[in-house]
Amino acid sequence: MSISIEDVTGPELVSTDLAATTAREAVDELAGLLEQVGRVTDRAAYVDVVMAREEETGGTGMESGIAIPHGKSPAVTKASVAFGRSITGVDFGAEDGTQADLIFLIAAPEGQDDLHVTLLSRLARKLIHEKFRTALREADSADAVFATIKQEVEL
Amino acid sequence: VKFVAVTSCPTGIAHSEMAAEALENAAREAGHEIEVEVQGAAGAPPIDTATINAADAAIFAVDAMVREKERFAHLPFVEVRTREAIDKAADIIARAEAAAQAGPADKPVRDTSPTTPPEKETGASRGEEIRRWLMTGVSYMIPFVVAGGILIAAAFAMGGAVEVTEVSIIQDGQIQFAGDVDAPFLTWLGAVFLTIGGQAFGMLVPILAGFIAYAMADRPGIAPGIVGGLIANEIGAGFLGGLIAGLLAGAIVNLLKKIPVKGTIKRMMPILVYPVIGTSPSVRSWSWSSATDRGGQQRPVRLDERPDGIEPDPARDRHRADDGLRHGRTRQQGRLRLRDRRAGRRQPADHGRGDGRGDDPAAGHGAGHRSAPSLYNESEKRAGEAAWVMGASFITEGAIPFAAADPLRVIPSLMAGSAVTGALSLSFNATLNAPHGGIFVVGLIGNAIPYLIAIAIGTVVTTLLVNVLKGLRSEDETAFKLFDVRRGGEVAAHA
Repeated sequence: MSISIEDVTGPELVSTDLAATTAREAVDELAGLLEQVGRVTDRAAYVDVVMAREEETGGTGMESGIAIPHGKSPAVTKASVAFGRSITGVDFGAEDGTQADLIFLIAAPEGQDDLHVTLLSRLARKLIHEKFRTALREADSADAVFATIKQEVEL
Repeated sequence: VKFVAVTSCPTGIAHSEMAAEALENAAREAGHEIEVEVQGAAGAPPIDTATINAADAAIFAVDAMVREKERFAHLPFVEVRTREAIDKAADIIARAEAAAQAGPADKPVRDTSPTTPPEKETGASRGEEIRRWLMTGVSYMIPFVVAGGILIAAAFAMGGAVEVTEVSIIQDGQIQFAGDVDAPFLTWLGAVFLTIGGQAFGMLVPILAGFIAYAMADRPGIAPGIVGGLIANEIGAGFLGGLIAGLLAGAIVNLLKKIPVKGTIKRMMPILVYPVIGTSPSVRSWSWSSATDRGGQQRPVRLDERPDGIEPDPARDRHRADDGLRHGRTRQQGRLRLRDRRAGRRQPADHGRGDGRGDDPAAGHGAGHRSAPSLYNESEKRAGEAAWVMGASFITEGAIPFAAADPLRVIPSLMAGSAVTGALSLSFNATLNAPHGGIFVVGLIGNAIPYLIAIAIGTVVTTLLVNVLKGLRSEDETAFKLFDVRRGGEVAAHA
């Protein structure tokens, strides 16, 4: 059995212009996208799980401008990732103070879900590559962002 | 330069993978070779021993514990947090290169990030740590329990409970084939299964002890632990003896590791000193553990030998819970052991009394995790799948992971379910002419249908109780942490 990127994300889970200015708002905004398509059933509970983790670990922001807030919760129905781009940047606690402009919210359900986790891991790995980040920053629509992700992950 | 690296993080989805990718990239760009082991949820296979031996330095980019760090003990290393590896992979590679040139493991470049405090996993309390050791031992033990239990059950079912024990298939060092013994073919085959299953069962305590010690002290713990477990077996110190032998072996090896040594002697430690010195004193565990354990075994025996047998007596049940807590054994396991002993004495007619009890604890937990998935964490659910099968086969050990993880809620639930089934099956006058076997020996049960109903009711009682009790803990997220922090994996995400 194999799964494709469509199983974990899609253009409807991409926001190219987040309104949020804080980490909590950004996570809540992206969780809203997940909730709309039924991948998260209890948005508030899920956001709490993610933010608790952020606070405890000092944030998932990285110096390359990426943040990968994530959490496992029974409020998640299906392993998913929502992507948001912020024009102003949001503080996710990167070591050198870099504001995150590429935010991947990773949602994992309780229990075992190896296939999806593998796919999410592969996506996380791609974020290390400068070229991929640039492509994400330059994509001009949600569809274009999704196409970029799809192309990169399915290579 | 050749590097080996381990990355790990509590969730194991993102940071460990990103750190791995970053290190691979940076090493390649700098013209080095690197092999990375991701100890995460998806997990990469462990690095070959040959590769580790050929490496010049190790890099640990970890927010959680490194599993089997022992393997890298001879290498100079750099240790950082995953974030640092992601943000500054090139720097880390450069530092590891410097460490490799600085020379052997005697002077490691320990470079732990000062800026961020370690996550909760590394700061696990003593209680959680002990629990993790025990759970590691139990998880390695379970395959032996399942193999042994089911084979023994199958042996009784096909060959007859008394008959199979009367055929010995190994005599004077020779295997006796079907034609060599004076017994029907099925009895002979049952005896074969009984012998194989018995061997598997015999490994239960040694494996438990060995892998408790392994969890504590890595690979050098295994030999002392297993030897201690074998001795526990030999003197009948049982499950508890195994626990103590394992803990003691692990502690001894950990003490040995603290002796400061250098150079050649340091390299000799894991191959010569730990096994030899570690194994000899672990033997001492027996005298003490057998003494404590025997005391604990008296009561189940007396209880079982009551001729009328029906005793949902709250005071005694409290005793039993106490026993379960202190001796790492539920009352059902006491019964199981008794039954085995009786099998040895070939008094099969006695086996039938209230025998459904062994089926409940494990099956109840299988049912529990199905009916209320949110109350169980990942490893508990996995154990639940196995518990169904084990419970149905009268292998009470399926409940051990649950009892060990959450004794105050689990053991009373098990006792209640077992007491109900026991009382019911006695009042239904159910009998069973096999000492063991669960649903596999249903053909040997007198009054089988009521007996099965009694089991089902007991299972429901256990299930309901344990879920109600565990429901009380859902507010208390910290309870999740009590269950095997490392294999549970996603603990940090809960909090």
